[in-house]
Amino acid sequence: MPPDTLRLGAVAYDPKVVTIWEGFKRHFADQGLAFDYVLYSNYERQVEQHFAGALDVAWNSPLAWLQTEALAARLGRSARAIAMRDSDRDLTSVVVVRRDAGVARLDDLRGRRVGVGAWDSPQATLIPLIELEEAGLARERDLEVVAFDVLVGKHGDHVGGEREAAKALMDGRVDAACMIDGNHLAFAREGLLPPGRTQVLHQTAPYDHCNFTVLDDAPESLVARFHAALLAMRFDDPRVRPLLELEGLKVWLDGRTRGYAALARACERFGTLRDFVDAVAGRGTR
Amino acid sequence: MTDAARSRAPAPRPLATRAPLELGALGLDRGAHILIARALAELAEGERLEVRGEAPELAIHLRAWARREGHGLDLGERLVLVRGRGDRDRWRDARRAGGIDRAGVADRAEAGWGLAARGARVEVGVPRFDFPLDRKRGLWTDSAGELYRQALAAQWDPGTAIPWDAPRPHPEPVEDALVQVLTYLIENETAALLVPTRFASRVHPHYREVLQLLVIQAADEARHVEVFTRRATLARDVLGTSSAGGQASLATLVEEPDFALAAFLLSVLGEGSFVNLLAFLRRFAPDACTAEIMRLSGADEARHVAFGMAHLLDHAAHDATLPERLALAIERRHAALRDTAGLNEAVLDGLVVVAAGGLEPDAIGRGHDAVAGLVREMDLGRRSRLRRLGFDRERAEALSALHTRNFM
Repeated sequence: MPPDTLRLGAVAYDPKVVTIWEGFKRHFADQGLAFDYVLYSNYERQVEQHFAGALDVAWNSPLAWLQTEALAARLGRSARAIAMRDSDRDLTSVVVVRRDAGVARLDDLRGRRVGVGAWDSPQATLIPLIELEEAGLARERDLEVVAFDVLVGKHGDHVGGEREAAKALMDGRVDAACMIDGNHLAFAREGLLPPGRTQVLHQTAPYDHCNFTVLDDAPESLVARFHAALLAMRFDDPRVRPLLELEGLKVWLDGRTRGYAALARACERFGTLRDFVDAVAGRGTR
Repeated sequence: MTDAARSRAPAPRPLATRAPLELGALGLDRGAHILIARALAELAEGERLEVRGEAPELAIHLRAWARREGHGLDLGERLVLVRGRGDRDRWRDARRAGGIDRAGVADRAEAGWGLAARGARVEVGVPRFDFPLDRKRGLWTDSAGELYRQALAAQWDPGTAIPWDAPRPHPEPVEDALVQVLTYLIENETAALLVPTRFASRVHPHYREVLQLLVIQAADEARHVEVFTRRATLARDVLGTSSAGGQASLATLVEEPDFALAAFLLSVLGEGSFVNLLAFLRRFAPDACTAEIMRLSGADEARHVAFGMAHLLDHAAHDATLPERLALAIERRHAALRDTAGLNEAVLDGLVVVAAGGLEPDAIGRGHDAVAGLVREMDLGRRSRLRRLGFDRERAEALSALHTRNFM
């Protein structure tokens, strides 16, 4: 591997991840950028290895970004979000109920079962639950939270947990289900949530999703070349388009971090980051 | 459309691009994206479209849909989409894969067209399929479409078309002889099935009529294999023999890599000879079942010969070297088979006994004469087809004489 190879970390939430990064590797090689990737089975390992110096850039979930940011603060370091997909901006999640369930207002959920995704899913668990809590419905006191833990450690990247929650809603195993707005549309179109049989009880405020994260010791010029190569990828280039489609975007944008506030409040309230940050900091990562 | 009908039809009305799009109760979960995409198609990048509707989740779904499609969304008092460019980027360099009619058949089909229908608009970036037969010349004939439609209309169902229960009054030795002949026919029709099948997977589907014709030829041969087998086993538990010499001849046919030469050897010479052979077997069939099998199979084979001839005549019109290449193919095949026995002796004898209708010496003599007549007929047929392909009389006679003794 040439010494000026950019090393990217990503989480293998699906077999297509290999196809995606192999394709990026070829594309970047064509652009004269030496690039390699390391796959992890969970974001916690990726974040820890990022601090251990194994990576130059991490393709992070929103929760992994907050983990990185918190760990950096603890260790007296800093992190930056350098790029994200157009589709990572301004997502919302919804809390869905059956129309016939007698739930018309958020308060009607009191004492009911709320289906969520994987416990570490920002979109299907953490953000909806903090908004419910801020509306007066605490997750242990007022709600019975039923988690559909599919692929924990992958921060809800896999659609499985949300799909299971939607099925449980229609089966009557839960009274409400939480999911990202795009999955609500997808489940409605495929008939999992039949038109007219459900209603959206609550829509969260917009939030942001993944970003490419670098730490303060990242090789500056290499990262700058990577950033430029990313932003130069065009959807009208037939060689690049399949990669962008697999990764679910039309164009790469600069990173921004203002869309993680709700998730940060959730992590603060539920103590989501504490154990992880304590453990990694305690192990004395450089 | 008649003039009267045209005057009644509403004039095409441009979409009201800048006016709000009214969806009523229709949501994105039930197809609203179709109307939204049509309205956006009229706008330039950055132009705005207000969307109105009463579907309860319209705003939620519009946000998700716009994000996925690369359109912006301005959510204030109203739902306003800001047109992106993703859909146009995708189709920017897309091109038509020829045209639907005969004039649209391209001289060369592009690998990047893939499996697209002829005339379809193809996105750039389609995987490159490897179709070695991708040139019109040497492959195409204008009559392919018509021949395919004829073939389709002439399909027959062995279950209902053949009188399987017809009486079989002939003596046992004639049945044995017929089974030997049928064994030979099955083997040869298998070769005739494999040749078009091998080429079918190599023809660029842009030339779909040729592909369709090859595949229906293969289906014809599959049916022939079926009916010959069924007839052979009506009264016998075992089939006849298969000779090394016969199969050596078929190997040279199945392995011919050139499409035009394979079509020539198979259709013009082999199946052409088989048309005579099947007519002979129909004439001397010992029972009505066999006669009908030979009649129907012979009609199929005649169609295969017609395609082979049409294709080669078209090809020859554009390629003056073709006749010499055809001649070389016959000579090469003859040389390859020089040291083999050719036709299985048992098949020739079987034909004699079938034509004789029994084992009486006089009958055998008549059968022998009939088979000699068949061989002459086959030769005359080959010569006539070779003449049509542009060979002079002497050359046609010489080339016909070199054709494999195995007939196919």
